[in-house]
Parts: sequence; C-alpha cells; structure tokens
Amino acid sequence: MSAPKKLDLPAVRALLEKAHGRDYWRSLEDLAETDAFQDLMHREFPRYASEWEDGEGRRNFIKLMGASLALAGLSACTRQPTEYINPYVRQPEELVPGRPLFFATAMPLGASSTGLLVESHEGRPTKIEGNPDHPSLGACDVYAQASVLGLYDPDRSQALAEEGEIRSWSAFLETIRQAVEAQKAKQGAGLRILTETVTSPTMADQIKGMLAAFPAARWHQWEPAMAHSAAAGARLALGQPVNTIYDLRGADVIVSLDADFLASGPGSLRYARQFASRRRVRDSQTGMNRLYVVEPMPTPTGTKADHRLPLRAADVEQFAWSLAAAVGADTGGRKGIPNAAFDKWIGAIARDLQRHRGASLVIAGEQQSPAVHALAHSMNALLGNVGKTVVYTESVEANPVDQVASIYDLVKDMDAGAVDLLLILGGNPVYDAPVELGFRDRLKKATLRVHLSLHEDETSELCHWHLPMTHYLETWSDCRAHDGTVTIMQPLIAPLYAGKSVHEVLTMLTEQPERPGYDIVKSYWSRQHTGADFEAWWRKVVHDGIMPDTALPAKTVALRQGWAASLPQPASRQGLEIIFRPDPAVFDGRFANNGWLQEFPRPITQITWDNAAFMSPATAHEKGVVTSDLVELEYRGYKMRAPVSIQPGHADGCVTVHLGYGRTRAGHVGTRIGFNAYGMRTSNALWQDFGLKATKVGSGYLLVSIQDYHALDTRRHIIEKAAIEEYRRNPNVIQESAEAPPRELTLYPGFPYDKYAWGMAIDLTACTGCGACVVACQAENNIAVVGKQEVHHGRHMHWLRVDSYYHGDIENPEIYNQPVPCMQCENAPCELVCPVQATNHSSEGLNDMIYNRCVGTRYCSNNCPYKVRRFNFFLYSDWNTPSLKLQRNPDVTVRSRGVMEKCTYCVQRINRAKIDAEKEDRKVRDGEIQTACQATCPAEAIIFGNINDPNSRVARMKAEKTNYGLLADLNTRPRTTYLAALRNPNPEIEA
Amino acid sequence: MADERPLIDEELQPEPVIAPGYTFGTVTDQIASVVLTRRTPVFWMACFSAGFALLLLLLWSVALLFAKGVGIWGIKIPVGWGFAITNFVWWIGIGHAGTLISAILLLLNQQWRNSINRFAEAMTLFAVACAGMFPLLHMGRPWLFYWMFPYPNTMGVQPQFRSPLVWDVFAVSTYATVSFLFWFVGLMPDLATLRDRATNRWARGVYGMLAMGWRNSVRHWHHYETASLLLAGLATPLVLSVHTVVSFDFTIAIVPGWHSTFFPPYFVAGAIYSGFAMVLVLAIPLRAVYGLEGLITEKHLDNSAKVMLATGLIVGYSYMLETFTAWYSGNVYESAALWNRMTGPYAGAYWFLITCNVVAPQFLWFKRVRGKPILLFLASLVVLVGMWLERFVIIVTSLAQDYLPSSWRIFTPTRWDWATYLGTIGLFLFLFFLFIRLLPMISIFEVRTLLPQAKIEEEGQA
Amino acid sequence: MRVRSVRPPIYGVMAEFNNPTALVNAAREARARGYRRLDAYTPFPIEELAEVLHLPKSKLPLIVLIGGILGGLTGYLMQYYVTVIYFPINIGGRPLHSWPMYIVITFELTILFAAISAVLGLLGLCGLPMPYHPVFNVPRFARASRSRFFLCIQATDPLFDRKATEDFLESLEPREVAEVAH
Repeated sequence: MSAPKKLDLPAVRALLEKAHGRDYWRSLEDLAETDAFQDLMHREFPRYASEWEDGEGRRNFIKLMGASLALAGLSACTRQPTEYINPYVRQPEELVPGRPLFFATAMPLGASSTGLLVESHEGRPTKIEGNPDHPSLGACDVYAQASVLGLYDPDRSQALAEEGEIRSWSAFLETIRQAVEAQKAKQGAGLRILTETVTSPTMADQIKGMLAAFPAARWHQWEPAMAHSAAAGARLALGQPVNTIYDLRGADVIVSLDADFLASGPGSLRYARQFASRRRVRDSQTGMNRLYVVEPMPTPTGTKADHRLPLRAADVEQFAWSLAAAVGADTGGRKGIPNAAFDKWIGAIARDLQRHRGASLVIAGEQQSPAVHALAHSMNALLGNVGKTVVYTESVEANPVDQVASIYDLVKDMDAGAVDLLLILGGNPVYDAPVELGFRDRLKKATLRVHLSLHEDETSELCHWHLPMTHYLETWSDCRAHDGTVTIMQPLIAPLYAGKSVHEVLTMLTEQPERPGYDIVKSYWSRQHTGADFEAWWRKVVHDGIMPDTALPAKTVALRQGWAASLPQPASRQGLEIIFRPDPAVFDGRFANNGWLQEFPRPITQITWDNAAFMSPATAHEKGVVTSDLVELEYRGYKMRAPVSIQPGHADGCVTVHLGYGRTRAGHVGTRIGFNAYGMRTSNALWQDFGLKATKVGSGYLLVSIQDYHALDTRRHIIEKAAIEEYRRNPNVIQESAEAPPRELTLYPGFPYDKYAWGMAIDLTACTGCGACVVACQAENNIAVVGKQEVHHGRHMHWLRVDSYYHGDIENPEIYNQPVPCMQCENAPCELVCPVQATNHSSEGLNDMIYNRCVGTRYCSNNCPYKVRRFNFFLYSDWNTPSLKLQRNPDVTVRSRGVMEKCTYCVQRINRAKIDAEKEDRKVRDGEIQTACQATCPAEAIIFGNINDPNSRVARMKAEKTNYGLLADLNTRPRTTYLAALRNPNPEIEA
Repeated sequence: MADERPLIDEELQPEPVIAPGYTFGTVTDQIASVVLTRRTPVFWMACFSAGFALLLLLLWSVALLFAKGVGIWGIKIPVGWGFAITNFVWWIGIGHAGTLISAILLLLNQQWRNSINRFAEAMTLFAVACAGMFPLLHMGRPWLFYWMFPYPNTMGVQPQFRSPLVWDVFAVSTYATVSFLFWFVGLMPDLATLRDRATNRWARGVYGMLAMGWRNSVRHWHHYETASLLLAGLATPLVLSVHTVVSFDFTIAIVPGWHSTFFPPYFVAGAIYSGFAMVLVLAIPLRAVYGLEGLITEKHLDNSAKVMLATGLIVGYSYMLETFTAWYSGNVYESAALWNRMTGPYAGAYWFLITCNVVAPQFLWFKRVRGKPILLFLASLVVLVGMWLERFVIIVTSLAQDYLPSSWRIFTPTRWDWATYLGTIGLFLFLFFLFIRLLPMISIFEVRTLLPQAKIEEEGQA
Repeated sequence: MRVRSVRPPIYGVMAEFNNPTALVNAAREARARGYRRLDAYTPFPIEELAEVLHLPKSKLPLIVLIGGILGGLTGYLMQYYVTVIYFPINIGGRPLHSWPMYIVITFELTILFAAISAVLGLLGLCGLPMPYHPVFNVPRFARASRSRFFLCIQATDPLFDRKATEDFLESLEPREVAEVAH
C-alpha cells in the first residue's frame, strides 16, 4: 500500500463546500480519503479475518468472564453487616424477598463526594441511585454508577500478603506493633503516612491523634487528579486556600476558562442541574442563560457552549488576561498576548459580562494555571458575583496542603533513608506520582512499607505488606460533599474478602488496635455531637445520608491588591503543547479494572478501551498523521508511544493525553491497555506545558470507537436545532422542519392504549452527553461487557447510547449529544419482521422483547432504523463468576448466546410500580416510575411517564413546540421523542 | 417474465434438436451406460473428491458455528445479515433454472428442453438444499429452527405470519417438495429402463423398487402425461413466486436500498439468469466428458445463452431503474444509499458486479461467441460471480449505511464466512456428481420422443 | 361387461412390434376385431394409442383441483385462526386480520397440496406401486423400456381364445408373439 495520503485541510474544506452543502460530512478521514480510512472501508474481502480467535480481543473477552475461583459458594449467602444499619425507606425486619431496600451512603472521590441511595436485593447492593437530599441532588456520574461493579470485581485483592505470601491480620498486627513501638523512642521520626486527599473528619481526627502521639511523624497527601493549582490560585489572589462554590441558578452569562464544570470535578452534578434549569425553554418561558467556553479539548461543557473557542491551554490563560483587562478587573495593567483567534470575542464577552453584573460567572478550570484561577476570582469580584453566583468557604479537605510539595518531601525523606515505616493508605503513587521524583526507586529505601488498597497494584508490588482495603460499599466511614456537607457512609454488605477500612488500619497504630470501623466513626461523631439524644440523631443522620448544617459557611475574602505583579511572564512557548487530563472513564487510573468504564464510550470521542493523543485536524495534517497512527511523544526527554485520534474542535498546536492508562498491575481487565501518560508528567507541569515533540512511528493501531461517523446530515431529521432567537420569532420553526405524517394518514385502525401509554422525552438542550445514563442502564439491565475486539466488530451491547454529531466547520464544529434508547415505536418495524413473535407490542405501547422466544435471525435489528437492538453474537454474559452474579439485578433476565436484546424502558421498574399501585387501588403516579437513565441524569434531560395523563411531565414536554420524533417521517410513531437543541448565541458575535 | 417468451418461441423451428443417426436403442444405451458401467471416469473422480473435500470443510465450519455462535462470522450491528443470506439468495436463484426448464418450457412445448431438463432439475434440488441450510445456520439459536413452523405447542405461540422469513419457510419448503416430486415423476420411466437393463441384481432390485412397477403401459402413459402437464402448470407460478417471496425479505423491510416495489421481477429475472449460467457451467463439461454432444447439442447451448442474454438485459434494466427511482423519488435516504453503493466503501464490489452482469453478457449477442462452448462456459462463470456480488451488495451496503450515521459500520467477512460458502459449493458438487453416477442425467424416454422414428406415419392408416 | 368367474390359465397373449406405427395399426385392428381387454406397452408416450384404445379421460385434473382448494383454505384459515382467534397480539400496530400478508402462505400451500395430490393421484390411478405383474414374465418384455412396442390382449377379454387370438396377432406381422403366463 502506498504511503498514507496526508489529511489535506484545504482539500477537506473544498470537499465540505461540495458535499451536499457544508452540512454533510461523515468523518474527517472519509473526507480526506486517506488510506487509513479506505483501509477501514475497503474490507469487503478479508485482509486479516478470523474473529473467533483473534488473540487480543477474544482473550480480553475471556478475561472479562474469567477469574472466578476464590468466590465459589459466596453467591449463595446473604451477607448483612453485623452492625445495625438503617434502611432508607423501610426497616430491615420488613425486608420482603424480591423487594429491594435502599440505603443512603456516599461515594467519596477526591475532594468531594456523591450522595447515594444504594439498591439492595436481599443484602446484595446491585444498583446505585443518587440521594436527592444530598448536595449532588440525586444525580450520579459514571464513576458512582460503575462503582457497584468495582465492589464485585473478582480481581480485588482478597488476602493480606507479605512479600506475596498470604498472612493473617494478627501477623500484620504483630509486625506493625513492633514497628510502632520502635518509633515511640524517636517520637515517630521515621513514621510516614501517605494518603490521598482526605475529607473524612474521622480519618483526619485519627491521623491528627496519631501525630500528637508521634510529633515527629509526618502525614503526606498525594492525589494525581486534584485541582492542585486552584489552591495556589486562591492563595495568589485571596491570600488563602479557599473552596469555591458556584450557584448557576443566578448566572445569566457564564464564561468557562477550560472548566468542564458540567461533567467533572466537585459539584458538577449540582452545577449541571442548575445550568439546565436556566436553559429549559418551555413555550411561554424562553429565557436562557449564555455560556462561553474556551478550552483545548472538547468536553461535555464545551458541547453546551453557545460560543466555544478551541484554545491551547496556555492561550486560555492569555484569553483570561485579556478578558479580565477588558472587563476592567485588577490585572496590574497586564493584557494577554494578542491573539487573532479570540481578540474579536473579548469585547463582546466583556460587554455581555458587564451587562449582567451579579448575574454572571467566570469559572476557571481545575487544571488551569493559578493565574487563571486568580483572574477568575478577580473578575468575579469585580462583577459583583461573589456572594451571588460565587461562594467562598473553607477548604473541604481536612488538611489542605500543597500535595506536590507534600509528596516531594516524602520522596526526599525516603531518599535520605529517614523513613522506617511508611503507611500508604489508598492511592497508587508508584503508578501516578510525578515521574521525575523517581518514586518507584526511592520507595525501596523505606525500611518497612505497608500498602492498603483495593487491588494488588503497582504500589503493592513494591511494598512489604499489602493490605486488602474494603470497598466504600463495605465500609463505615464519613466524607464531605463539595460544599462540605458530611455523609455517614454505611456499608451495604459485609466485606467480601478479608478487607479492612482505613480507619481500622489506622487504629492498629494506637493502643486499641482491634476497634471496628463502626465504633471509630460513631465515637468520633458522638464526641462532635453536642445535643443530647445522640442515638436518635445518629440514626437520622445515617438514615438520611446527610448530616444537617454541616455545609461549610460562606466566608468573605478580599482580593489582594496588586496580586498580579508577582506573576512571571509566560515561559517559552516552543513546540507543541502537551495537555494532561484525567480520563473521562477510568479517571486517574483507579477505575482501570472496571469493565463498564473501560467499555464506556467517552463523551464526544466515543472511544473505548484506550486513551489516545488527541489533536486537531490541522495539527495532525502538519505532523502528517491520521487517526490510529502511532506517534512518539517526546517531552523533556521522556518518550511515549501513543495512538493518534484526530478530534474536530480540538485546539491547534497542542496534544491532549488522558491519564489512567498503561497500568501494569490493574487486573484482568485493565492491565496493559493504553499508554501511561504519567510517564511524562512532572511535578512542575502537572497539566500542561510546551516543548512536546510528536513524530509518526507507525500506523494501524486498533483504536476502537463506538461511532465511526459523526456527520450531521441536516436533511435527515436526526437533530433539530435552532437559535433561541429564531424560536422566539417563530415557535413552530422545529415542527416545520421535522415532518411527521399525520395520524389519519393510514388505512389501519391502529390499537387503542387506554390505560397507560408509556413514553419518554429527551431534552437535547439540557443533555450534556456525560454518559451517566449509559452506565446506569448497563448496571440496571445486566448488560454484558464484550471487550475491545468485539466493540471493534460493532458488537457492543449498550441499550442506550449517546450519539455525538458535528455540525459545520471541522476546526470548531458545533457538537450535539443525542441519547438514543429504544424508541418504542407504535408501528414498530422490528416486530413486523420477527418470524417467531419474539418481539411484539404490549397493551401499554412497550415494544417488548421475549428473550426465550428469540431464535436470533437479527431481522428485527436490520429493520430498526434507529439501530438500538443489540445481539449476543457469542455468550457475552458471564454465567460463571460468582461475585459478578451477586451484582446482577434479579428482576432482569441475564441473556444467553444468540438472542436479541434492547431497551425496555426498564419494564421491571414499571411493573413494580404498577403492582404497588394496584395493591393500593390507584393509578401509577407521575414520576413514581423513573427509568435508570432518567434517575441518574444530572441535567434532568430524560423524562419518562404516562403520556395518557395530560398533566404528566412527559406529556407536557411532548406538547412543547420544540418536540419532535427521530426519523418521524418513517411513520414509526416513536414513543421516545426529543426536544430540539436550542442555543443562545450572542448576536454581537454571530454577526 | 413475458419479456423472454418471444425469444424462446422463435426457437420453434423444424431443425432437429438432437443429432441424426440415433435410434431408440442407441439413445437408451448411451445414456444408461453412464450409470450402469463399472468404469468411473477420472473426471468424475476428480470433481467428486473435490466436492467431498469442500463438504468436510462445511461440516467443520458448521460444527464451529454451532459450538461458538454466529459471532465467528463478520456480521455485526448494523450488518445483521452477511454471507449467509447472500448465499441463500444466490443458491435459491440458481435453483430456478431446473424447474423453469422442465415446467415452463414444457408448457411452451420447447422440445429442446428434453435433453437438459433432467440434470437441470437435479441441480435445482441440490441448489435448494444448499440454500435451505443458510436460514437455519444463520440463526442465533439454530437448534430452535422448528419454531418457524406452525405446530401445536405448550408455549401457545405460533409463527408470526406477517414476517417474510416465515413466508420463506413456506415458499422454499414448497418449492423443494414440488421440485422433488416433479423430478421423481420424471424419473420413473427411466428407472424402469435401468431396472430392465441392469445386469447386477442389486442394481436391478434398487431401481426396480424405485420404479414402483412402472411397465410403460399406455394407461400409465395416459395419466402420466396429464400429471406432468398439471405439475408443470403448478410449478410455473411456483417457480416465479419463490424468488418473489425471497425478494420480500428485503422489500418488506424499510431499509433504504431494500424497500422498493420492483424487486420481485428483478429478482426472478436474476434467478433465471444465474440458473441458466449454472446449467451451462454443468452441461458444457459433462457433454464433453461423456460424449453427449449429440444429445446436448450446440442448439441447447445456444438457446440457454439466449435466455441468459434476455434475463441479463432485464437485470441490467433493473439496475438502471433502481438508480433512477432513487434519484427521482427525491428521498434522501434512498439516494444516499445508492450513492454510498456507487461511491462508498463497497464501490469496488458494485462496479465489479455491473461489469459481470451487464457488460459481460453483451457478448452473447454474437453467434460466434454463443457457438464456442468454452467462451460460454467462462461467460457463465462470470455471471455466477456477478450474481453473487449483486446479492452481497444489495444486502450488505444497504445495512451498513442506513438511517443514522452514528450507527454506520462496515462489514468484513471472516475466514469462516468463506469456509461456509465454499462448503456449500462442495455439498452441491458432492450431491450432483453422486446423481450423475447413479441416475440417468438425461431423460431417456423424452429423448426417444425426439427421434424421427417416434412419429406415427399417416400412410399406416388404411 | 361380464367378468369371467374362473381364472383363465394364462394372463394373455402379447405381440412385439418394431416401431410405433406398427403398434398403433395393430391396436386399431384389434379394436376393430372387437377386442376390448387390450393394453399396449411403449418406451415413450404415444398419444394416438389413447384414442385408438378409447381410454377414458383421466380423472387427475379433478383430484388436483380439490387438492389445491383444500390447500388454499388450510393456508388462509390457519393464519386467520392463529392471528385473530388463537393468539391475538399487537404486532407493529398492524391489524390482527392483515389479509394481504396472508396471501403468500395461502398461495404456497395451494400449490403444495395440489402438487402432492397430483403425484398421489397419478400413482393411485396407475395402481402403483405394484410389486408384481404378469407381463414381466415375457423375457423380451424388458425391451418395452428400451426400443420395442408391445400389444397385449388379455385372457379376460370375452372374445379371447388362446388359439384364435394368437393367430390374429400373428396376422399383424409382429416381430414375435408370446403367451403371458400368470
């Protein structure tokens, strides 16, 4: 084959002009007709064929199914914790077999936590729901949704190990006691504790207590994906580390400086809901906030922007300088480096901000430089947003330290041989510590090394002792939300393995080493609780999942005068910019062994099972690479091979890499996939820096994405969209463009749906494409994981997918997200062609699928215009691994080989609600049934209900003028409909 | 189909269809000897063992298929049908020539059919057998195939009679049954001949059993003639219906590129097209090897070639019409589907099939080409390849890129797709050469009627 | 006609001819002589013989017609029963009795039943399968399926007389005349 034709931008644009008007382009490679793409295309006849034994993928797939032994027999017994825990709605003695109970707890992640209600079937936590009373407002992100699989992960470490030998806790206790005794003499000078970010008051109290006993001991913290520079920025501008909380309900104009505040970071769930609440256009109410986003890599927040500008991370800072200057904020007279890309915007945005004093908001991205944070603070201050849309509180962290310095000190001490006993409680520093510290080698200099973690990972490998940690669903603990609200975490199930919680390990260093976590947590709070009736209070707190009035109080801070003066001018800007970001699915690498997250199609890119070097079409063109080529990234002498992925809307001149891959000891699922970006990440450039070189070294890497074509062909009625102005001018603009044939236009009498008629409406204006619904659906419906190779073959099983479409210019297209569940068509094409009546219509309009009748002709899928049906080409479900059996939802069939499956609107939930209603002799109330996707959606974009009831939320949404059916012109009569995607562009800029 | 009748009718000319010099005896002996001889020609050995080898390949891949699931093929979402259904349609199509020749040409009183109808019918049976396997094999749970048939069962569920797949079940099984009956009825007198001529008592016993005591009585012949006319009358609409029904698999679906009303005639024409191609591919070597040039004459080849030309033109016309309607309808999905077919990932396959099915047959206009068996043989092979590609393109390209671009995906066959396909070719050869060896490949009694001696001289009456 | 109560000593007398014309003429002669219990054996169908021997029209078409009608009814009623009475269910919003979609199966079953009754009818009318028949006792009769034409006058014929009939057949210049033993 000839050398790959380069992606020729001018040519691409030319094609764009030609191809059915600039709307219609399918994917970059297709346009550029590169060989790489034609490779993909021209495979009518096999080049390398066999699927059934293709080493990698199938092996992965087997792996996913495998690794079961240790748990045999476990599936049988119900494992209630011994302590008394409080069910959310009913008391356990009321436990009715077949009726799930819900327990409140929370999932801590970084400096925040998500409040949860965990569904428990006969003592088995099976599904995560959000806790509406919690600051996270009852929504969940993908991490929380997938965490239940993490609990049952067969690869979790299942026993203590000393140098790989299985040991008992008492053996460890002996060792540790000796070590601690030895420290007593020297005030604990050789004792070091390394933790991740700690928000747990109890844990903080334990550590502080210990530091009191050992004054010379040290407590270090390191978490790779924290907002390290936010604290620095706060110190810079406000003179102290603060926690910044936003209130988007009051924000009419929002400027995001590379902040993905809708989909990641503390509070994002709450922000997403508040943001959506200001964009909900209902016929009378057409008010809409306006969002400007500048960012290098498209994020879910970017897709919601009314104006999005791709900028290199460093240029975001320059943009911030210029904007601040234009707004008139205190920049010490400094301006950003002039930049044609954004200069024409600055004025307009500044005016827009000034028009909305006190009702505007500037948000700095967690990963952005301290300067950007400082500028955001000063702009918000100037615009009078503080106290309105911005609230400052004390830090949520128990001990906010500069973590970079913290781990640096630890390494220094280890190097100096000053560390006798090192306790690593959680985290995986060997894998994720800044590379230039050489943590791996220096760690070996600590005399006794103990590592507590869920998996036996890279760090455990280098420690004398590995202690299995309890999963948060097995643990008594506490944690804080982004606003400081405390949740008492209660275990849903007794530890599956010989695990212990952080608290239980810490207490081993004290005089009462055997205290159960329950006592530790409870006694701490009994000391904090001032009032009498502690027991009652405790029960209520545990029951509710939040501790009242523990949200941190707002504090007033003043902007330091002349803060800007101290800042150095930007350093050299030579070469490409490298940008590190946490992976949207495996985060900082801790979720690498979670099959659901690995197979979770990343928002926008739709890539699964890999990370990649994302770059803009122009940059790729310049480097002469195309998607799935291999490039060698060279940065500060560190080298790394990575597959290229060309990302429309990515900023030119920079490369985004996601952390969390290239694990060497993650487990059967996550080991040795992707490349380890930590290998290039240094402590003084944690998130972005210049000086990257990228050279092509190969091609044909199997980079698997769930969506190959992102074209938005506006002649197909896929996504209806309009600017809010058009809509105000003509509310019928949507319905005029989407054509649905009238109901009378048929010879058939049609079937009546007189009792219930279930339907769904999805608000494309609200949807951020975060994908939580996809994982929620997977958890609720026992959807199998198929592995990279099978995804490559187009056999992923997600019942619900979030399509992403690009519209317009490839450098900076508008990006649309569209969740696509089954449309439950009233005239279902799939039913008509099934030869065995395996799929047919229920009296309530559901398009039912009868697995045990299906013979697997796949005709229904062929005839489904929405392609929402999924087929078990092999036996995908794991029928063997006991721990995975525990996770399954008992109300949903586990599918076998050779049958079709599809979204059922969570029919099991519908039926449960109907049974309850019948028992109480009433109709099902609106909102009583929430589908899994709806329940978890942070933006409340998905609404399900009975469309026969004109007052139901769904009926009212369907009555909206923005409501349209996907491909409605086929007269399939979809029960799932969409509300058009509306944007609120700034006329000054549009012009 | 009306279109090709005139072409055949113009063949009603006095010129004898078989070479002069044959008598009732020599005709009988020459055809029967192929079966009754002890010596087996090397050609037969070669073809038979080739077929057998491929048959083993088929068994292997089917075993694997049942053990692991249809995932061993290249099919995926959205391309739920790949080689399996392509092969099904292709084989069924080939299966059309036999019945067409024996039924329609009988009704049209085309005497030249008499020396090719027998093996054409056999070919039909075996082709249908190959075709029939695929709907079964391609199911996710093939062990439940019987759920496709209506039968009283405890589940209280019956087939879904609106589904074209169920129509297929009825159409194909009916076609198979009727073709077999027709073929067997045609065999009875010849079986009697073999019975009477066999020297080996085993052979005599078996053939006798099969002949069921046929004794060439005028009373037998009397009913027999009526029966074959009636069967021909029934088989004619049947043969036209079968591929119509097969085309419903696609036209009933709403997939752009499938959903069009002119598929039935288009498919039937294509079927006869490929059917006659297969007849020629088989007949040309056979007559050479067994020295049957006198019975299967240039005239037979010429006529078959003309039928191919005619149906080939219809097929070509259908391609044009397909494209035209896609453009004329102004339907964005239809036009996009056709556009993708011609320029998209499968453009290569599409243009290759156009070359095979539309360009290649044009050479059949020339008598010089029709007169050269070797050229005809090659042309027929090309047509067979083309017709397979046609089905592949229709099925796969339409599915690969339908309504929502987000779900578009390209189909890539695996080695097991190919193994299964080649395997059925093996099965076909295996059965066909078994037939050549064990049964008269040419209808003896019908050839007798073609001899001049068979005429009753009028002066006999006095 | 009257049927002989006693079983005749032989089945009949058979003459062998070289070509169809001779046979047809012979058969015509025999009819003229008043022989009725005649049968002719030919290696291929000869329409003239049916006329000459005044064979009644075949009942096969009627049988096939009945078979076909039966098949059609079966097809349609089965589908109607299943979709409307036995298991009425909403399939893709189509009416329960969607008759246009029943046509195919109705048609196919019509053909199937008709074809089967045609074949069974043929066998029935020809009295096949028939494991034994006297005519095969004539050694040369084997040629009836190759190249020779036979005329057989059965002993059950009222005019049959062993000697006279043989003489009569000899008078037709056959290749050979033979008695057909039971």
